[in-house]
Amino acid sequence: MVLEAQELSHVKCLRCRGCEREYPVEPLNACDFCFGPLEVEYDYEAIHEAVSRESITQGPNTMWRYHDFLPVDSELALDMGTGFTPLIKAENLGRRLGLENLYIKNDSVNPTFSFKDRVVSVASAKALEFEFETLACASTGNLMGAVAAHGAKAGMNTMVFFPADLEQGKIVGAGIYGATLIAVDGTYDQVNRLCSELADNHRWAFVNVNMRPFYAEGSKTLGYEVAEQLGWTAPQHCVVPGASGALFTKIYKGLNEMVAADLIDPISTKMHIAQAEGCSPIVEAYNLGETEVRPVRPNTLAKSLAIGNPADGPYALRTIANSGGSAVRTMEDEIVSGIQLLAETEGIFTETAGGVVISGLKRLVKNGLIKPDELTVAYITGNGLKTQEVVASAIKPVHISPSYDAFEEAMAER
Amino acid sequence: MVKRRVKFTFPTNQITDPVIYELGHRFKLVTNIRRADVRDDMGWVVLELEGSEDEIANGLEWVAETGVRIDPVSGDVIEG
Repeated sequence: MVLEAQELSHVKCLRCRGCEREYPVEPLNACDFCFGPLEVEYDYEAIHEAVSRESITQGPNTMWRYHDFLPVDSELALDMGTGFTPLIKAENLGRRLGLENLYIKNDSVNPTFSFKDRVVSVASAKALEFEFETLACASTGNLMGAVAAHGAKAGMNTMVFFPADLEQGKIVGAGIYGATLIAVDGTYDQVNRLCSELADNHRWAFVNVNMRPFYAEGSKTLGYEVAEQLGWTAPQHCVVPGASGALFTKIYKGLNEMVAADLIDPISTKMHIAQAEGCSPIVEAYNLGETEVRPVRPNTLAKSLAIGNPADGPYALRTIANSGGSAVRTMEDEIVSGIQLLAETEGIFTETAGGVVISGLKRLVKNGLIKPDELTVAYITGNGLKTQEVVASAIKPVHISPSYDAFEEAMAER
Repeated sequence: MVKRRVKFTFPTNQITDPVIYELGHRFKLVTNIRRADVRDDMGWVVLELEGSEDEIANGLEWVAETGVRIDPVSGDVIEG
């Protein structure tokens, strides 16, 4: 439940990331002059005065313990229990990969089973502050579930758009919350363009369009939490799945904000972005040494990472350069094995994006970019139950007739 | 009259084609470039199109047929 709005956020304005023009705190996503993306600008001195390790630890056991860093004015934002998810020391996986200090940040256990709950929690709270009545999104999976659930909790109308050939499980995972589901018969590009027009022409809180500057800030909490859970210190390496690139850039931003607030020491964290072979425009730009990302047409098993024209692509490249990190490509036939490896070593069932991360991590270690004793966090952003069909063929039960002898015979053959 | 903001990405073999000029002449559209980066092997332009809904739709259809990629200015709206 959202309480009455109070002036609690430390937001100064929105600012264009391109030409740096200043804008008021309104539901805008693009600069009127250069059409560049807008970002929230904070009063970091005020945050520094307001926040401390003690104030954070006294907050709720959710992402909203970091309220001072988020662009929401309400005293209690739309908190469905998102965030402060487990950070698990991955002893078994680490041993398999030759890593002594490997951690898994497991965001698959959020309310709608993905990290999207973080960004939508911020977007929906801000949408209520702006007095929107309708929450909307265009999605191929995790985002639609998060938006539908938060829209229900907020008492808002919810519109969810998706390509008509989307898997039934994902459609049910959004429809169950009472959202209006619009299945669009068209290509990925056509759905994209339609939703861009709809966002321009309707007074809806389109979470990743006109609410995008606020929405994106929710991902910073994945940086804050890891630092706090590691005992107020940053990891030496973060391995993060890359779709639009926003999550990747915001985790790094979150770690740096903690430094600015004197909560942790200056960081030397190397940020590594992992993408799937069938949609890896950021990796491609990195490998070519370019600062611009060329759009591609996605064709990957990792549907949750299938963003052909990543809005934060250039900023992700900048984050890699600033942190001394890298970009790694996971081949399509390594995605399932990545999912299996994590499940069979740590008991965590992740979706395809997680498979990309784990196989990408394996490649980073093999290429010598992560040393055995370096503190590394691999981000798992979604639950494997959402993409079961991808691994179904790898699961082979043993069939026996109902007799003791049949069982013993079957076991002897294994 | 409406306005639409789009990003055109030109493949290598079309970098020197005057697509935006042609767009403004074939269709009743005002084209207003805001940002661009044109290099040896790729180029992109962020611009605003002003005209009727039909002219914008027809104009974009023509641009797409030339092989130039068209995207929303702010990147993909669809997310995973």
